[in-house]
Amino acid sequence: MAHQINNDVVLQERVLKKVQTGISGLDEITGGGIPAGRPTLVCGGPGSGKTLLSTEFIVRGITEFNEPGVFVTFEEKTEELTTNVASLGFDLQGLQSAGLLKIDHVHVDRDEIQETGEYDLEGLFIRLGHAIDTIGAKRVVLDTVESLFSGLQDRFILRAELKRLFQWLKEKQVTAIVTAEKGVDTLTREGLEEYVSDCVILLDQRVTDKIATRLLRIVKYRGSVHGTNEYPFLIDEEGLAVLPVTSLKLENTVAQERVPSGIPSLDKMLGGNGFFKGSSILVSGTSGTGKTSIAACFANEACSRGESCIYFAFEESPPQIIRNMRSIGIDLEPHVKSGLLHIHASRPTLYGLEMHLVTIHKMVKTRKPSTVIIDPVSNLTTVGTVSEVKSMLTRLMDFFQNEGITVLMTALNTPDRELDQSISSLVDTWLLLKDMETNGERNRGMYIMKSRGMKHSNQVREFVITDKGLELVDVYMGPEGILTGSARVAQQLQEETEKVLRAQAASRKEMVVERRRRVLEAKIAGLREEFESMQEELNRTYTEEDLKSEIQKDNRSRLARNRHS
Amino acid sequence: MSTKEKKWQLRLYVAGNTPKSMTALHNLRKYCEEHLQGQYVIEVIDLLEHPQLAEGDQILAIPTLVRKIPAPMRKIIGDLSNESKVLVGLDIQPLNH
Repeated sequence: MAHQINNDVVLQERVLKKVQTGISGLDEITGGGIPAGRPTLVCGGPGSGKTLLSTEFIVRGITEFNEPGVFVTFEEKTEELTTNVASLGFDLQGLQSAGLLKIDHVHVDRDEIQETGEYDLEGLFIRLGHAIDTIGAKRVVLDTVESLFSGLQDRFILRAELKRLFQWLKEKQVTAIVTAEKGVDTLTREGLEEYVSDCVILLDQRVTDKIATRLLRIVKYRGSVHGTNEYPFLIDEEGLAVLPVTSLKLENTVAQERVPSGIPSLDKMLGGNGFFKGSSILVSGTSGTGKTSIAACFANEACSRGESCIYFAFEESPPQIIRNMRSIGIDLEPHVKSGLLHIHASRPTLYGLEMHLVTIHKMVKTRKPSTVIIDPVSNLTTVGTVSEVKSMLTRLMDFFQNEGITVLMTALNTPDRELDQSISSLVDTWLLLKDMETNGERNRGMYIMKSRGMKHSNQVREFVITDKGLELVDVYMGPEGILTGSARVAQQLQEETEKVLRAQAASRKEMVVERRRRVLEAKIAGLREEFESMQEELNRTYTEEDLKSEIQKDNRSRLARNRHS
Repeated sequence: MSTKEKKWQLRLYVAGNTPKSMTALHNLRKYCEEHLQGQYVIEVIDLLEHPQLAEGDQILAIPTLVRKIPAPMRKIIGDLSNESKVLVGLDIQPLNH
């Protein structure tokens, strides 16, 4: 029973104990680093970055985690290694003299060595043990242990000894990285993955369209949850950077706060307040529809609020953007001078998608902007397929959302509209700019394809770029459809004329009616008079009749009285 | 004759008194007596006692025999059980031919 409990404790310790490599991104995808006190196998083809990864593991161990390290190199000489990584800012020499690092170059040359009879690699163990004990190393790298196979002949002994070596490393309680060449069909040429079974990392480099992408995959990580994807990584002046493809947890908190777009009439279309803070906006349209203008306007607005913004330009250079935007009344220069706006221009073909992704990542991490502009994302398809670009953007969006950054991307519509269709599902708001070609002129129309979580206008608006900025005006719905540009102006004028004419016509009619009314009124008065005189006559007749009958009555009574008397 | 004047300076690296090391030393002494009598000196280095010496001569395998002099340096690893291989490795002309 006690034994059982003990086992559980051991198991739990094994599950939980990890050592941070200090390599950007790698600790995230491994959920905290590589197994502590155990060897990890890093395999990959030539030039895949094995040596660099292991060097960085050692150097970061010393500089960031205060863990001295031993680097056993089987291929490169100490001086070569030192020079090679000096460009990454790793000062191996300094660390060595400070007693925190020990580089041991194990040189095996088949021509120099004769083999006869039984031997073992105790010498290597002693060397390594001595190095570990001298500086109190916690980390060990063996790069590339397979070189032994080319130097020594007896494979049987070598295999047995390597197996013993890995066991010995475990007993030594050092966290080790053992590198190995990738085999044709196997992870390593000599099948070392059989001996190092806790954690295996595979590095790969793939070239598509002359652009190389480095990829890292955790093939195996016993007793630990880990990302199983291929993670792009790159090597730049700061070492290795692995990018988690995406957490895809969709657990990001969302803001209710709104940010104005810089175009009041557009804000009105978006329920009056603009975009959601931390949301993603796609502005797509054919060329010359004003995508960059909208982007610049948004950047300008953010900077005017005193917020920082990074503008990734894949088409135009910073001075070009500044000049062009000034012509429509947007002056970005003061923002650039004040440091709020940073325009980062680069040709998409300069490097692979991943490098772009990492560049964006890094700049955003260091500058911490509130707003990011990518203009245009569609240019990235020159260095990757649509699905690759989409996958990259998914990761980017995820990252921006995590950081609460509002991002506005522009995309050039190709005739098949492949890209914007496919990335539209990623974004929260999609503004579509359209050419409207009528009567020999071209005008810009804009409508909101979607805007998640807000009431928005369903109207097509004409998008007018003036030297004072951008504006959206209501389009005219004429009998022949939507009217824009001078047709709209003409329609407006026509309507105004009609109004005046209508007003005049109305007043003329009014006069006629008035006259008729007066005539009628006069007639009515005449008739009434006639009626009154008839009435009067009638009354007179009545009175005469009454009088007559009274006189008759009177006469009769008088006559009667005369007769009686 | 002091050590420096010997024509052959050999160094045998061992790690403790393991059977392999003992065999190697035994074999080496036998060959030297046979072919290099009076002209050699054998230095036995136990790496368990002097681990710091392993790096200098690029010792990896145990036992390793190093021919320091005459130059160039040569190495033979293993228990030296194959006499002709050792002689070839050290570039010693066998006497009894």
